[in-house]
Amino acid sequence: MRRVFPAVTCVTMLAALFLVFMVVPIEQQMGIVQRIFYFHVSSAWMAFLGFFLVAGASAVYLWNGSRGADRLAEAAAEVGVLFCSLVLVTGPIWARPIWGVWWTWDPRLTMTVILWAIYASYLMLRAFGGEDEAVQRYAAVLGIIGVLDIPIIMVSVRLLRGMHPAVIARNEGGSGLVDPWMRIALVVSAVALILVGSWLMQLRVRASRLAEEMAALRRETEARQGEVA
Amino acid sequence: MRGALAIFRKDMSIEWRTREGLSSVLVLGLLLLVVLTVAYDAPPEAAPALAPSVLWATFLFTGLLGVQRGFLLERENDCLSGLLVSPIDPAAIYLGKLAANVALLAVMQLVVVPLVGLFLHLDLMPVLPGLLVVLALGNLGFAALATLFAAISVRVRAREVMLPLLVPLLIGTVSATRSVLAGGLTLASDALGVLACFDVIFAVAGWLLFAYVVRD
Repeated sequence: MRRVFPAVTCVTMLAALFLVFMVVPIEQQMGIVQRIFYFHVSSAWMAFLGFFLVAGASAVYLWNGSRGADRLAEAAAEVGVLFCSLVLVTGPIWARPIWGVWWTWDPRLTMTVILWAIYASYLMLRAFGGEDEAVQRYAAVLGIIGVLDIPIIMVSVRLLRGMHPAVIARNEGGSGLVDPWMRIALVVSAVALILVGSWLMQLRVRASRLAEEMAALRRETEARQGEVA
Repeated sequence: MRGALAIFRKDMSIEWRTREGLSSVLVLGLLLLVVLTVAYDAPPEAAPALAPSVLWATFLFTGLLGVQRGFLLERENDCLSGLLVSPIDPAAIYLGKLAANVALLAVMQLVVVPLVGLFLHLDLMPVLPGLLVVLALGNLGFAALATLFAAISVRVRAREVMLPLLVPLLIGTVSATRSVLAGGLTLASDALGVLACFDVIFAVAGWLLFAYVVRD
């Protein structure tokens, strides 16, 4: 599994890149810059997945105190913030030629930046608190509260003005994705980025497990040296 | 419920005897009002439009200070451990603390809101009933979240962690206040819905999660 997973991720990623840059036709109105959309939207999906994983793993951790759940929550928060940052970088690159501005306080943009801030502050809390067991509980509470905030954020930002295109709209002439290859490219990109995200999370969980084992071994040797001396 | 009432009375009598929390909150509120009003430097006819944002930005920062003070008190002499070994459910401690914070913030609003009207040339009397609803909903939602996080921030220096969580509350209160000032409560129904949801969700979440925060 440990061998297969990276290989599958690499192949899917290459396929996604091939589709986005070689196969998909150039969008008629927006031109070449539209190609960033496939990774922009996929990153957003991966970021959301990460944030919901944080809440789920946090709830499990509060319920039974499992170390694995706590490690998963931390890894998912880091990966979620990473992909959310990618959304916030790729978005303005697209928005500048299309909207004429890098940034606007459109509901979706506002929501994304708030979510980014919530989980960035989650990582801050962990970084400031250190290895204290209480800090892990605080982080879990914040992880859950953050996801509870998502629906309210979604409703509240509608009180602001909006101009973001609907990606997969159901009404008024359907989505902007006219060519079937565009839809295929979006799905493959989404799978590719979710695989990359999962792979990173898996590596991150393993790294923190090893770090904990190291710390435990160090404590043990120090205790033994104390006995000898 | 009796436990929550006892906590509430305890916090109120401490506050009544020292008046430390209230005075520090009021001074900070006044300073923020002055700084924000001066920074905007709006002509008299444009000033009322600033009132919602000035009011709630001031409320947010003074509220953070006021709510956190309530927990710093518990840290002195390790009072929190005393509370936790007492036969009171942690959820009841949360409710008592929440009620005390709502009361403190309401007194603060009582002073800050008329000053906003004064500084920004706004006649508040005609819109008072609607404004009171918005103030109460905003107060409750803020206190619900801040009470939970104050317990965290006395241990870890991370008070600002809760700021992004408060953004929907800020959007809701500012938008509702703007509608109320423009023409009464009916215009504000969407924003009031957001505020009511925020209040209910975070009061329940705080009530359920508080035990995990204070447990040692």
